[in-house]
Amino acid sequence: MSALLSIKNMTHYFGGLRAVSNFSYDIPQGTIYGLIGPNGSGKTTTFNLITGIYTPTEGKIFFQDKEITGMKPYKIVQTGVARTFQNLRIFSNLTALDNIRIARHFNTRSGLVSSVLRLPSFMNEERQVKKESRELLDLMHLSSRANELAKNLPYGELRRLEIARALATKPKLLLLDEPAAGMNPKEVEELMSLILRIRNEFKVTVFLIEHHMQVVMGICEYLKVIDFGETIAEGLPEAVGKDPKVLEAYLGKRGA
Amino acid sequence: MTKVKLPKFLIASVVFYAIIEALFRLEVLNGYILHIINQSLIFVILAASLNLINGITGQFSLGHMGFAGVGAYVSGTLTTIILKLNPTVTSNMGIFVLCLLAGGVAAAFIGFLIGFPSLRLKGDYLAIVTLGFGEIIRTVFNNIDYVGGPRGLLGIPKFSNFTLIFIAAFLLIVIMRNIIQSSHGRAMLSIRENELAADLVGINTTQYKVMAFTIGAFFAGIAGGLLAHLIQLAHPTQFGFIKSVEVLIMIYAGGVGSMTGSIIAAFGLTFLSEGLRIGIRALADATNLPIGGEWRMVIYSLLLIFIMLFRTEGLMGTKESRIIKIEEAD
Repeated sequence: MSALLSIKNMTHYFGGLRAVSNFSYDIPQGTIYGLIGPNGSGKTTTFNLITGIYTPTEGKIFFQDKEITGMKPYKIVQTGVARTFQNLRIFSNLTALDNIRIARHFNTRSGLVSSVLRLPSFMNEERQVKKESRELLDLMHLSSRANELAKNLPYGELRRLEIARALATKPKLLLLDEPAAGMNPKEVEELMSLILRIRNEFKVTVFLIEHHMQVVMGICEYLKVIDFGETIAEGLPEAVGKDPKVLEAYLGKRGA
Repeated sequence: MTKVKLPKFLIASVVFYAIIEALFRLEVLNGYILHIINQSLIFVILAASLNLINGITGQFSLGHMGFAGVGAYVSGTLTTIILKLNPTVTSNMGIFVLCLLAGGVAAAFIGFLIGFPSLRLKGDYLAIVTLGFGEIIRTVFNNIDYVGGPRGLLGIPKFSNFTLIFIAAFLLIVIMRNIIQSSHGRAMLSIRENELAADLVGINTTQYKVMAFTIGAFFAGIAGGLLAHLIQLAHPTQFGFIKSVEVLIMIYAGGVGSMTGSIIAAFGLTFLSEGLRIGIRALADATNLPIGGEWRMVIYSLLLIFIMLFRTEGLMGTKESRIIKIEEAD
């Protein structure tokens, strides 16, 4: 079987700076794959290229064997790729529930006219969306926060809210950009079991960027390491963790 | 089964209408006060429709009165022509409503045309484009002889009355409320909150921005038509940049994103502006001080500065009155 997401020889320049260089990665369905690297190594740029925020200078991206290179971000989401952001992008002046409901929007069918007239079909759909959104909040242990404005939630809950919002688009592939950033050890534990649940129960393939070695070593099945846009190592987590090139990139030559 | 709830807003509106109409019939309210109420209601339409673009979708528009101008000139020209061809239609409200709608559709069409290229711009850049657009509309009216050029379009029949303006404002609020409290409205809100995140949960942001502009322009066009048929005049200066800013002030004073705020501010500021006119004249007469009507704007502006200093988020913030809001069932 071919990969769910397949990136082929992707290169991206910002002006003269080569941010991502000849990057290839095949992510099979049902797996949890990781991408690690020091700050500024091009990880988030890679996510931005996959989700259509940037169009790669060279190379191609395939999702379910269909090319998505250069497609508009909202269209890529609609084909089944959802993501979270490193620096949270929450709809802060809206409630937690609305944050989730918005992500269900492109799957709804009621037109503007039936919304204005509040036709039964519209009311049913609204009810359905609300029910599904509450289920997602439940899964993330955020039920009690449903009607709270997102800006009033603590950081850890916002991270979970963002994952819930990404799941609300019913993705096949979920891109997590440093999901453990800023979390305490207990929250990290919870996050890891949550990611495993997302993969096992929702059948969502996970591709994550992370600095947190405990997360990466604990749940990733395969890793790729980049530095200055270049792939410097890949393989199973244990092997990558011992790779001298990787240690050098993270700790410097002496540290190795 | 869901419990049938009393439509609070409908009841509140009917009560408001009945009271005003009764007071007018009993001659407690004179024609002048009723005229200001009519103007306030027209400003309610303008402010609430701009609120959809600016407050809900977060697109800063400085050319809203341009859309009103399109509606005023199109409907005004149509009724004038029809009246010339057949002078017996003066009491035919059906024809007037059709002309109003034509004005609204024309404004919506312009809104759509402007929306497409310019909504790729964000923030300040969009504000400048909409400002330029509003000025273009004003200049075009100023230079078309057929609609009176700089003299304005004169002799528009007086079709607008309290009942009609009231119904238009009522319908606008219901339609806006129903849009905002729907999946489409939430899609618009998400653009205001974080456009990139909206895009990445599958919202076609360009489509929704154009939609907000088109709907907002439509209602502005209706308001323009109502205004032209109330004061029997459509004049280029009514639809310039300064007037657009006045509407913008209303939504900021009322609270960006709150329709209740737009309604309160439209009434409050229209009455304040008129009240100051009378108040200053009375003061000048009583004290023999050399203060003229121009002081009105000084006091008006000072009051606005105080509102912004002490209630930065506007009178209502983003809150909506429970009379207007639909309570959601679980």
